[in-house]
Amino acid sequence: MLERSPGVSLTLNGKSARLSGSPLERLSHVLREQCGLTGVKVGCDAGDCGACTVLIDGEAVCACLTAVGQTEGRSVETIEGLSDDEAIVAQLRAALHAHGAAQCGVCTPGVLTSAVGLLRREARPSEKAIQNALAGVLCRCTGYRAILDAVKEAHQFGARDVAELPQETAVGRRIPRLDGARKLSGAEIFGADEWPAEALTARAVRSPHAHASFVLGDVEAFQRAHPGIVAVFIARDVPGSNCYGVIAPFADQPVLAESLARFRGEAVALVVGDSETMRDLDLATFPVTWSPRPALTTLEEALDDGAERIHPRRAHNILTTGWVARGDVAAGLAAADIVVEGAFETGFVEHAYIEPEAGFARRVGDRIEIQACTQAPYMDRDDVAKILGIEPDRVRIIPTAVGGGFGAKLDLSVQPFIALAAWLLDRPVRMVYSRRESIMTTTKRHPARMVAKIGAMRDGRLAAMDFSADFNTGAYASWGPTVANRVPVHASGPYRMPHYRARARAIHTHLVPAGAFRGFGVPQSAIAQEQLYDELALRLNIDPLEFRILNALGAGEPTVTGQIFADGMGFKACLEAMRPHWIEARAAAVRHNAEARGPIRRGVGVAGMWYGCGNTSMSNPSTMRLGLKPNGRFALFQGAVDIGQGSNTVIAQICADALRAPIDQIDLMPADTDMTPDCGKTSASRQTFVSGNAAALAGRAMRRELLRLANVGEDAKLRFETGAVVIADSAGERRIELAALALNAAGFVAEVVETFDPPTTPLDENGQGDPYAVFGSGAHMAEIEVDVELGRVKVLRLVCAHDVGRAINPTLVEGQIEGGAAQGLGLALMEEFFPGKGENLHDYLIPTIGDMPPVECILIEDGSSVGPFGAKGIGEQALIPTAPAIFNAIHHATGVRTHRAPATPDRVRQAILTAAGIPT
Amino acid sequence: MYARPSDLNDALGLLAESSARVIAGATDVFPGAGERPLQGDYVDVSNISALRGVRVDSAIVRIGATTTWSDIVAADLPPAFDALKVAARDVGAVQIQNRGTIAGNLCNASPAADGAPPLLILDAEVELASQRGTRRLALDVFINGARRTLLAPDEVMTAIVTPLPSPTMRSAFFKLGSRRYLVISIVMVAVALDVVEGIVRDARIAVGACSAVAQRMRQAERRLIGAPASSGLGRSIESDDLAQLSPIDDIRASADYRRDAALTLLRRAIDACALRQTGGVV
Repeated sequence: MLERSPGVSLTLNGKSARLSGSPLERLSHVLREQCGLTGVKVGCDAGDCGACTVLIDGEAVCACLTAVGQTEGRSVETIEGLSDDEAIVAQLRAALHAHGAAQCGVCTPGVLTSAVGLLRREARPSEKAIQNALAGVLCRCTGYRAILDAVKEAHQFGARDVAELPQETAVGRRIPRLDGARKLSGAEIFGADEWPAEALTARAVRSPHAHASFVLGDVEAFQRAHPGIVAVFIARDVPGSNCYGVIAPFADQPVLAESLARFRGEAVALVVGDSETMRDLDLATFPVTWSPRPALTTLEEALDDGAERIHPRRAHNILTTGWVARGDVAAGLAAADIVVEGAFETGFVEHAYIEPEAGFARRVGDRIEIQACTQAPYMDRDDVAKILGIEPDRVRIIPTAVGGGFGAKLDLSVQPFIALAAWLLDRPVRMVYSRRESIMTTTKRHPARMVAKIGAMRDGRLAAMDFSADFNTGAYASWGPTVANRVPVHASGPYRMPHYRARARAIHTHLVPAGAFRGFGVPQSAIAQEQLYDELALRLNIDPLEFRILNALGAGEPTVTGQIFADGMGFKACLEAMRPHWIEARAAAVRHNAEARGPIRRGVGVAGMWYGCGNTSMSNPSTMRLGLKPNGRFALFQGAVDIGQGSNTVIAQICADALRAPIDQIDLMPADTDMTPDCGKTSASRQTFVSGNAAALAGRAMRRELLRLANVGEDAKLRFETGAVVIADSAGERRIELAALALNAAGFVAEVVETFDPPTTPLDENGQGDPYAVFGSGAHMAEIEVDVELGRVKVLRLVCAHDVGRAINPTLVEGQIEGGAAQGLGLALMEEFFPGKGENLHDYLIPTIGDMPPVECILIEDGSSVGPFGAKGIGEQALIPTAPAIFNAIHHATGVRTHRAPATPDRVRQAILTAAGIPT
Repeated sequence: MYARPSDLNDALGLLAESSARVIAGATDVFPGAGERPLQGDYVDVSNISALRGVRVDSAIVRIGATTTWSDIVAADLPPAFDALKVAARDVGAVQIQNRGTIAGNLCNASPAADGAPPLLILDAEVELASQRGTRRLALDVFINGARRTLLAPDEVMTAIVTPLPSPTMRSAFFKLGSRRYLVISIVMVAVALDVVEGIVRDARIAVGACSAVAQRMRQAERRLIGAPASSGLGRSIESDDLAQLSPIDDIRASADYRRDAALTLLRRAIDACALRQTGGVV
C-alpha cells in the first residue's frame, strides 16, 4: 500500500494510456514532458491562470493542481484530443478564429477546453454562464470580449467553416490571422514547447536580498552531492563580456553577478544538470553566503545626497534625464487665467503574460543556436555574441511563438544562461522560468512620481505646461533611458501647447529593473496630464470633451518639439466621433446619480493620448525579403516578431496588396536570423508602420522586377499560377514559365530585399526636432460605477476611438484596442507589483473575464502619407488613455481625484472619506 | 509515498503508521509546493466514495469531507445553506470548484478560507477520524490560528456536520475583492437570519479575512434578535459590534479599510438576508 504505484492507467484523449513516474507529479508536467502534449500550457503552477486546463471526465480542472495518481481510471482530454470531428469543437474553433479570439494563443488551450466543457453541457449558454465557465482562464492579450463573443456565437458557425482568403485586395479586410489555426489546435510552439531529447536543464541561483554581497561556498561539494548536476557556472565562466543591456551605451547588467547582487532575484550562479535532478533540486541549499546591505528602494533614498551609488559612474543614481522645452513656460503660466497643478504616482506593473520565459540553446560547430520566445531576435543575437565573445554571425536566433510580450521580452531573460551553458558544455540546454522567477526578475513598468502645472486662458485655450517626473528604473538600465526620453516628448498629449517644459529622470534603486511596458512611460504621464486637463475644464466650466476638442492639435500645427505634420492628425476626429456617446452617457450618469438612493454612483470620463511610432529620433529600420519560387508562390521572410498583435498577418496583407497578388500566394517563412532580415524589435508600435512599409516596398519592388522580366509597363496585370506568371496588358497575355528561369542561390527566380527607416531628426538641447515620422492618437471614454461605501469601481462600458491611419485588418486593430484597454483597466484599478511580495498571479491581480466591459471601437482612418497604405501603429496607443479616462470617470462619479494608481478599493474609499472631511 | 485507498480504514491505517499528509483536491497543496514537485508522503482520500456527498436527515446535515465546491452548488440544501452555496460559486473558478473540497478548505485554515464564515453561521462541527476513534469539534475550536488546526497527524476530517437549520432560516454571503473572479477576499461576511412572522428569531453573523480565523460576531447577532426583518435592519449594527476583529495591512488592503468594509458588507448582508437575497462578490 505504501509502495510507489507502478504506473497510472487512464484514458488519454480517447485512448488508453499508462503514465509512469511519481504519481505525485503534477499532471501538467507529465502530459507535457512524458506524453508530448505541449498544448497543455504551464503559466503559474498554482491554479491561478487556467492555461493548463484539461477535462477530466468532462470537467474542467487545472492539470497543474492534479496529481497524476488522481487520474487513475479517469478520462483526460487535452486540446490535442479535442477533435474537429466533434461539431461543438469545430464550431468553437471557427468562431474563435473569426473573432480574433486567439492573439498570442498561449491561453487558447485553456479557453478551448473550458469552453468545450461548458458547451457540451449547454449548447447556447448565457453571457453569465460563459463568464463563469471561463473565469478561471486568464488572457492578457484580448481583453476577453472576442472570446466571450466567439463562445456565445459558436453555435451559429458551421462545423467546417474555413475562413477563405480574399482573392482581391487584402488591406482593410478582416482576414483571420494567418497563424491562427495552429494556435487553435494547440500545435503552436512557444518557448517551453520544444527541446532536444538530450537537453540538459539550467536553473539560476538568485539573490534573496535586494542588495547583498556574497561569497560562494564549496560548489564542488554541492555538485558531488548531486550527481545529476553536470556543471555550475559563475561569473568568471562567462567567456565574453559579463555585461549586457538593450541600449549598448548603457549596458550594465551582468549575466551572473560577480560579488554583489543589486536586486532581489539577480542571478549569481547557473546550475545545469539532467532534467530530473534539476526538477527536484532545492536551490536554497546552494552554497553561498550572503551579506545583506542597506537597500535603496525609494526615489527619495536613491536621490539623497548621501546615497551610495548603485553604479559608480552614475552620480546621484540618475541614469538619464530627458528634456523638452518650448516657449517661455514661466511667462506662459503667469499669463494664464487659470492654473491647476497636481502630483501623481504609479507603482510597478507586471506584464503578466501567460507564457513565462523559456527556450533552449545548442552549439552547432563554432556557432550557437537559440530557440526562445523573444520580441527582438537581432538584439538578442548581438548581445549573446558579446556575452560569448564571438561574432554576431555565429549566433542564430530562432524565435518561437511568443505567449505575450508587451515589452518585457525585448530584454534578455533565459538567452544568456542557455547560450553560456550550451556553448561551454557543447550540449543542448533548456531553461523554463517559473512564474515566480518571471515576476521576480524580468522588467516591469516604471513606477512614476510626477508633478505638473498647466495653465489655460478663460476661453479654454491651453497656455502653458510645466511637467516633471522621476521614474524608478531599478537596478539596471534596461529601457530606462527610452522612458526618460520619450515621456517629455509626450507629456503634453496631442494638444496645442505654446509654452512647455518637461523633464523626466530615470533613477536607479535596488529593485527589479524597470524596462519597456506598452507605452514606455507615456501611460503614466497621461494619468497626470489628462486628469489635470479635466481639472482645467471643470474650473473653466467647459465640458471636458469640448475642452479637448478646442485644444486638439491638428495638421499644420507644431507639437511641443516643434514638429509639424502635414497630414495624419486625426485626434480631433476621434474626439468628435465620441461626442454622441459622451453626451448620452454623461446625461445618463447624472440622471442616475440624481435618483440614486443606494451607494452606487455613476461617472463618465474621457482621456486623450498620442504616441509616436518607432524609436525616438533614432534610426530603426526594418528590412523585408521577398522571393518568387519556381512554383509561382512567394516566400515572405518577415522578421517582425508576431507576439500576438498580428504582424504575421498584417505584414502579409500589406505585401500582397503592394505586389497586387492574392494573399494566399504568399508563404510566410519562419523567422530565423539566418534567413530573415532584421525587422527591428516588436515595440514602439512600429511593426505595422515600419516593417509594413518595408513589406510594401518589397512588394512593389518584386512587381517591378516581374514587369521588367516581362518587359511590360506599369499598367500590366499579373496573374500567378502554378509554376507561371501570366502578364496581361493592352498587347495581350504573356505567360512566363518560371521553370525556364534561372534560380538564384536561395532557389528563387526573383528576389528583392527592401528597407524602410522612418524619417526623423535628432532633438536639439531643448528637445526640439522631429522625433517620429508619425503619431497615432485617440481617446477613450469610460463609463463606470463606484460603490462609494466600499470604494469598489466597476467599468460598465468603454468607447475607444483611435486614429489608426488605415486599419489594415480591422479585426486585429480592434483586438489590440480591446486588449490594450484591458491592460489600461488593470493599471487603473488593480495592478501593482510590490517587489518581494506576491510573485504569483493570485496576489498580482490582472483583469478576469468578469472585469472587462463591452468595448465599442471607433476607427478613424485619417491616413498618414508616410504609413503603408496610410497605416500607423496601435499596440501601445490602445492602453494609454484607459486609466486616465477611468480616473476622470471616478471624479465625475464621486468628486475625488486619483493621485495614486491603481485606484484600489481601499484608496478610493480613503479618498472619499477624506473629501467628506471624515477622519480615518 | 503516495497512496490512494478507496476505504477509509485503509487511509487511517496508513496515517497511523506513517507521517503522511492527507490530500484530496490538492488545490492548496500544489501551490504550497512552489516550483518543485511534492516532497514527502501523502495519503490521498479523494477516492473514498463514502467521504463525498451531502446528506440531509431529520436532525442534521452531513457534508462529506471530499465534497467539492461544485457538488455543494448542485446539492439540494435548506436555505440556510445559501450562503455556503454563494461562497462555493466563487472559490477560485470552476477548475478549483471541481477539485477543491470543503474539508481541504477548512484544514488549510487560511484566514481567507471561503468555507469558514458560511459554516460558522450554521454552527458546524467537524468530524475527525483516526484509528483511535472519531471525535467532533466545533469549527471555531478546530481552526485555532492562521494555518493552524487541531487536526492530529493521524486524523482525517471525514465530514462537516451541522444541526438541521430551521426551514425559515435564510442566509447571505458577500465577498469583496479588487476584481470580479478569482478573488482572495479582502473581507467576507456571512449572515443567517431565522425570520418568523417578520421577526428575527435567530441571527448568526461571521466575518472572514479580518482576523487570523474567521469569527462569529455575537454582539452584533444579539442586536438583531427580536427586530423586524426589514431592509434597514443592517443599520442596527455599529462599528463597536465589530471590535473583536483584528485585520491586518497587506497588499490587498489596509487594516482600517477592512474594518470599514466589514461593517458595510455586514449591514448589506443583513439587509439582503432580510429581503431573501443571497449575496455574491462585490
